[in-house]
Amino acid sequence: MKAFTYERAASAQDAAAKASSLQGARFIAGGTNLLDLMKLEIETPTHLIDVNGLGFDKIEKTQDGGLRIGAFVRNTALAADMRVRKGYGVLSRALLAGASGQLRNKATTSGNLLQRTRCPYFYDTNQPCNKRRPGSGCAAIGGYSRQLAIVGASEACVATHPSDMAVAMRVLDAQVETVNAAGQTRAIPIAEFHRLPGDTPHIDTVLAPGELITAVTLPKPIGGVHLYEKVRDRASYAFALVSVAAVIQKDGSGRVAIGGVAHKPWRVEAAEAAMPQGAKAVAAQLLAGATPTEDNAFKVPLVERTLAAAMHEARAA
Amino acid sequence: MRFDTPAGTNPIDRLKVVGKPLDRIDGPLKTTGTAPYAYEHHPEPANAAYGYVVGSAVAKGRIRSMDLSQAKAAPGVIAIVTAENAGKLGKGSFNTVKLLGGPEVDHYHQAIAVVVAETFEQARAAANLVRVDYARAKGRFDLDEELKTAPLTGGSSDEGSSAPGVDRVGKFEAAFASAPVKFDATYTTPDQSHAMMEPHASIAAWDGGSLSVWTSNQMIDWGRGDLAKTLNIRKDKIRFMSPYVGGGFGGKLFLRSDALMAALAARAAHRPVKVALQRPLIANNTTHRPATRQRIRIGATADGTITAIAHESGSGDQPEGGPETAVNQTKLLYAGANRMTSMRLAVLDLPEGNAMRAPGEAPGMMALEIAMDEMAEKLGMDPIAFRVRNDTQVDPEKPERRFSERNLIGCLEQGRQRFGWSKRNPRPAQVRDGRWLVGMGMAAAFRNHINMPSGARVRLGRDGIVTVETDMTDIGTGSYTIIAQTAAEMMGLPIERVVVKLGDSSFPVSAGSGGQFGAPNSTGGVYAACVKLREAVAQRLGYDPANAVFEDGRVRAGNRSAALAEAAKDGELSAEDRIEFGDLGKKYQQSTFGAHFAEVGVDSYTGVVRVRRMLAVCAAGRILNPKSARSQVIGAMTMGVGGALMEELAVDKRFGFFVNHDLAGYEVPVHADIPHQEVIFLDETDATASPMKAKGIGELGLCGVGAAVANAVYNATGVRVRDYPLTLEKHLDRLPPIA
Repeated sequence: MKAFTYERAASAQDAAAKASSLQGARFIAGGTNLLDLMKLEIETPTHLIDVNGLGFDKIEKTQDGGLRIGAFVRNTALAADMRVRKGYGVLSRALLAGASGQLRNKATTSGNLLQRTRCPYFYDTNQPCNKRRPGSGCAAIGGYSRQLAIVGASEACVATHPSDMAVAMRVLDAQVETVNAAGQTRAIPIAEFHRLPGDTPHIDTVLAPGELITAVTLPKPIGGVHLYEKVRDRASYAFALVSVAAVIQKDGSGRVAIGGVAHKPWRVEAAEAAMPQGAKAVAAQLLAGATPTEDNAFKVPLVERTLAAAMHEARAA
Repeated sequence: MRFDTPAGTNPIDRLKVVGKPLDRIDGPLKTTGTAPYAYEHHPEPANAAYGYVVGSAVAKGRIRSMDLSQAKAAPGVIAIVTAENAGKLGKGSFNTVKLLGGPEVDHYHQAIAVVVAETFEQARAAANLVRVDYARAKGRFDLDEELKTAPLTGGSSDEGSSAPGVDRVGKFEAAFASAPVKFDATYTTPDQSHAMMEPHASIAAWDGGSLSVWTSNQMIDWGRGDLAKTLNIRKDKIRFMSPYVGGGFGGKLFLRSDALMAALAARAAHRPVKVALQRPLIANNTTHRPATRQRIRIGATADGTITAIAHESGSGDQPEGGPETAVNQTKLLYAGANRMTSMRLAVLDLPEGNAMRAPGEAPGMMALEIAMDEMAEKLGMDPIAFRVRNDTQVDPEKPERRFSERNLIGCLEQGRQRFGWSKRNPRPAQVRDGRWLVGMGMAAAFRNHINMPSGARVRLGRDGIVTVETDMTDIGTGSYTIIAQTAAEMMGLPIERVVVKLGDSSFPVSAGSGGQFGAPNSTGGVYAACVKLREAVAQRLGYDPANAVFEDGRVRAGNRSAALAEAAKDGELSAEDRIEFGDLGKKYQQSTFGAHFAEVGVDSYTGVVRVRRMLAVCAAGRILNPKSARSQVIGAMTMGVGGALMEELAVDKRFGFFVNHDLAGYEVPVHADIPHQEVIFLDETDATASPMKAKGIGELGLCGVGAAVANAVYNATGVRVRDYPLTLEKHLDRLPPIA
């Protein structure tokens, strides 16, 4: 770990201002990912701005009947909130499918969105990795790729986004609210929040330097059966091989987003028109143009089968 | 004490303390976090500095140059040791590859430097500033490729399993060719990591030419000897201590780089130095269980009598390494007149392969016991009945040798009843529970018993407390407790009156912990020392040692009686002895037996496998403490589930390293993976094994579990998977249609 300086932010705008003006500055909230990465010198911030004291830790109703989730609401609290459990069950289930109890107690809503990939080559600083060191190359391509992306990848990067929560947020059409150094706020649709790797895989999201997440908002509940099917070798405390977040209505229509397959939570709205026809039709569109490797080719049928499982559960519910 | 005739009745048979399910006496220390493991040894040597090991970034090649200037200038740095300034080093007898690399690099993450600083954080930060220029060389990283030209090789694991390059009895080929029912299949097992909770860790402190090392090691005397050999100093200049070990599984049988680098660092820094291997180094810096490729052929008559059996295994290791002795159990487990086993060894430039819990039998049984299941199905026989049909009470290769005790059939029958085997549908893919395909499977369990000499010293203090001192280790197994039980039984005391001190090279050399030989042999050594102490006590009290009875804290002879403490009132009594073994182990085949049962569910949609319940039935001689023995077996069953369903070191064949080198990437079971586990011990004593009449249990609990799970998966799905681990992609496209 490199030596760093540390301060507690006084206000959101102040935090954003400092983070955008000081080179090498990073926010820290729960720290469940950042601190690990700092110990391995995958992340080497020179200055940490602790945003835990800023508030943003409430879950409130919005005027249009949705929810505003403060950026620093802990994963445990979010998963347990009765309004979330009743109106957004997929979110609660996705959260509880992730990490461990201890980590969820510490991890925040915004931090969860900002998790870095779990690609093993990203984690080994001896290996080239365009995400860790831009321009160094990608050791994962042609290497051990069982966990890695099958859609939306590039010649520079085949990493996946590890979050479960973000997949649920994607299916719920969440918006990410931010503030910048000038005090300007904006709401970023979750669909646009995470980027595909392209030739700049070191940039995970569309956040500008210093821009601070203050909340995630959810639109009014849409009803339906809420499901999160997470497939993994180990029953707990493991990242998804494939996950399916789905909200399915009585008539078989619905929405679906997929985790474990791409650099971002994967959703193709156009594919959802085929929901009443079954998993095969939806999966074919969801994964059109997929470029799996020998190691992860199984994810293509697995997406279809996991979606079929979700549809089965929805019918049984 | 020389043990060369089967034990008769002795004081242990009273079973007042031995054989009782007593709590572990180190339990409160462990559960309150006060057991001093190596890295937090208390009191810590004054002024300790911290060392951080730098692992090679390439698997094979040569270090052209190292630039230490930035690291040396970093805050808090005291010293940096590399092969250039470490002085001339030897190599330990148990190490295949030298522990400090450079300029030649033998494998990925081989230690090439240790950076010493005032704090751990400073050492770690400075270690990242060491700049190394490598000339990469081409390495051999693909086992399948290298096995094509690999020679036959005999060998033995350091834990005792052994097999020659080729072994033949009768005429296998002819018998197999003419067998009415034939089976031939190939199985693979992957490289596995010990993945113990406590990483390899050591504190080293020099005092002039003498070295003290607090470390985490299963075998005090091996580690001490190899450290002396590596440092080119006399063994008696080293004190090697390992009173608590947070898991080893064979990964800590040997001197590893933590201890060597701590010693070198402490010498360079002129201060005590603490070194713990960082988690990402465990997989590639230390040893692992080598991957295997195993072909098994079985020929039988229509009634299920095996007439021909062959097991051929291939594995790889560093030059001068040895094979994984995966054919070992096939030489002994089932009858059959015509037999062949062989092993091939490829040279690989992956990290050093070596013993991991039940080397040989663990991966060997993973293959053999699927093959038995497949052959039973081919014969149209129940898999239990097929095994019973081919039971043998003699070594099938040397029929003049009987098994000392062998109750495989008893284990199978008990298991059949207790597990509800009659409810298993022999036709696969017939049972559903909602989304889940449900199946049952079983496998035999087998692991050899190994005789190892073991010593102990026993002291009777003026206060009547008996203190046992032996360099035996407790790697989480319960050694403290069973040794206390042994001494208490022998001296006629309650366990509270016995103090056990372990893991210190200033104590008599013991069997150590490995190969499930620790419990029977180390308690045998304590037994021997106690026999001598009883003699000394009797003599001091003026009793005839042959007639003295030790019980309830007193010594009786005829109508005379005295408190045990009375014997030490004028000064402590001390006795030391070791147990040594004659040829009972040659005369008899000494092994442990069992049966594993598993019920699994397979998600009909996703192919995910989850174990629903498990049972182990074990026949392994006298069970010294049913509680700690059960803990050993359920732990082993858990490891077996890991091996069956998830554990695999992923090899990058381009760059030559295990890619998933942390506990996020190398998955071992968590609580949610492990359902109800039941363990049954059959009542058995083995008088040929030791005066304790006990054998080991810690590895038996693992051998066969993987196959039991795999056979249950097949019973659930009708899809046979022969490649471990059974991850979902290996059967997903062949699962029955979704209901």
